[in-house]
Amino acid sequence: MPAPATTASPSSGVPDSRADRTVLDADDISRALSRISHEILERNKGADGVVLLGIPSRGVPLAERIATRIAAVEGSSVPHGSLDVTMYRDDLRLKPARTLLPTQIPDGGIDDKVVVLVDDVLFSGRTIRAALDALNDVGRPRAVQLAVLVDRGHRELPIRADFVGKNLPTSLVQRVRVHLTGVDDEDAVIIEGAAS
Amino acid sequence: MKKHLLSAGDLSREDAELVLHTAEELRSLADRPIKKLPALRGRTVVNLFFEDSTRTRISFEAAAKRLSADVINFSAKGSSLSKGESLKDTALTLEAMGCDAVVIRHGASGAPHRLANSGWVRASVVNAGDGTHEHPTQALLDAFTMWRHLGPRNGGTLDGQRIAIVGDVLHSRVARSNALLLHTLGAEVTLVAPPTLLPVGVDSWPVETSYDLDGVLPKADAVMMLRVQRERMNGGFFPTAREYSRRYGLDGRRMATLQEHTIVMHPGPMVRGMEITADVADSDRSVIVEQVTNGVAVRMAVLYLLLGGSEPAVGNPDGADA
Repeated sequence: MPAPATTASPSSGVPDSRADRTVLDADDISRALSRISHEILERNKGADGVVLLGIPSRGVPLAERIATRIAAVEGSSVPHGSLDVTMYRDDLRLKPARTLLPTQIPDGGIDDKVVVLVDDVLFSGRTIRAALDALNDVGRPRAVQLAVLVDRGHRELPIRADFVGKNLPTSLVQRVRVHLTGVDDEDAVIIEGAAS
Repeated sequence: MKKHLLSAGDLSREDAELVLHTAEELRSLADRPIKKLPALRGRTVVNLFFEDSTRTRISFEAAAKRLSADVINFSAKGSSLSKGESLKDTALTLEAMGCDAVVIRHGASGAPHRLANSGWVRASVVNAGDGTHEHPTQALLDAFTMWRHLGPRNGGTLDGQRIAIVGDVLHSRVARSNALLLHTLGAEVTLVAPPTLLPVGVDSWPVETSYDLDGVLPKADAVMMLRVQRERMNGGFFPTAREYSRRYGLDGRRMATLQEHTIVMHPGPMVRGMEITADVADSDRSVIVEQVTNGVAVRMAVLYLLLGGSEPAVGNPDGADA
């Protein structure tokens, strides 16, 4: 149970702005994903015609987890896969050629489906723009929705998420790291760097 | 990767595996309704072919177009080359027009190296076969094909796999590039040929050699047959075509001695009845058609890795002009 907080010393009340801060732990992530799963079902009136596409690398395990939760609620599985956007990035030419990541479109394709793009952090919006272009070459979905675990603000394009795990106000100098078991060794969302 | 791809020997194991993994992702593009990616939009790739070729030129053209690059095809026939223009002047013309990559095939060994290191062009140079020297993208597509077939039962690598390369090694740029690349990837290569068709200095290659095809076949995991390049021969390398086929050709009887999983490959063009019989070429073990499909994916990977990112080398450190 929590330690008595009323007599906190002056220093412990103020979080150390230099240190890395865990803003979501494993339980918080689990609850956020459950809520997103329910919101997806609510918005689309069930899981019919819904396809989850995770954006590598962290979006893919998130899409899998959401698919598992939807399957548990609905009793039927929902197709999920991955969509690599590397070649569609607008900064492709600014860095050395990047390694391609897997694209796995589920059987049945995306034509006339509701595609829910899943990513870990929504920041400038440029990755999502690239993903919309990539989708365009794969097929013609009936609608595209966006689910993200963390929205940290600072958009550079007119893009917003339909389902958000947590809104995290951050400064531009900070970094938001998402760790997921399977890829990393824990579930956590961590902010690195000082808030300015 | 470096700026150019001139020799399979220039590739480190990391480079080679990066090409294979990239090609694996790009291969799935063939199943999509729109077989195009925007990665090389606005880049120009020149196919500079001084020697005849169907497969390689078409493969490079398809690869560049699927990455949205602009492609200029240039073949020696019907160009100023037949009027006596030199490689240097051709290169300067290309440079003046502006191009980002030159895919070159030339009858003279070392021509791509000359083009890359002379300072005539700033573009990336990809060797698409030079004389009897090298053909690195063919080696990459062969390795990719082997890796897809043999990798899953060998921990995802070619380590320790036995590859037999059979036939006219002396005139084969494919054999040299394959020997270098497969060695880099950990495979054990055995060259099988009559003594007259093994090159001088083959003992310095990272390979075994044998004159006895029947002894090598039962142990091999992949068998690659090479065409006898008669257009490069002006002497008696073997008594008759019939005797060559009997000793070094792959027929149904020899194929029966292969292991269950062994694949049969040929870089093309093949001469049915000479180094390989029709029933072998059309059998289930033959991956010859798949090699062509894989060729496009591998060449896309090479072009993407050379041109896809930031300028590989601004200002051309390879000595533009002194």
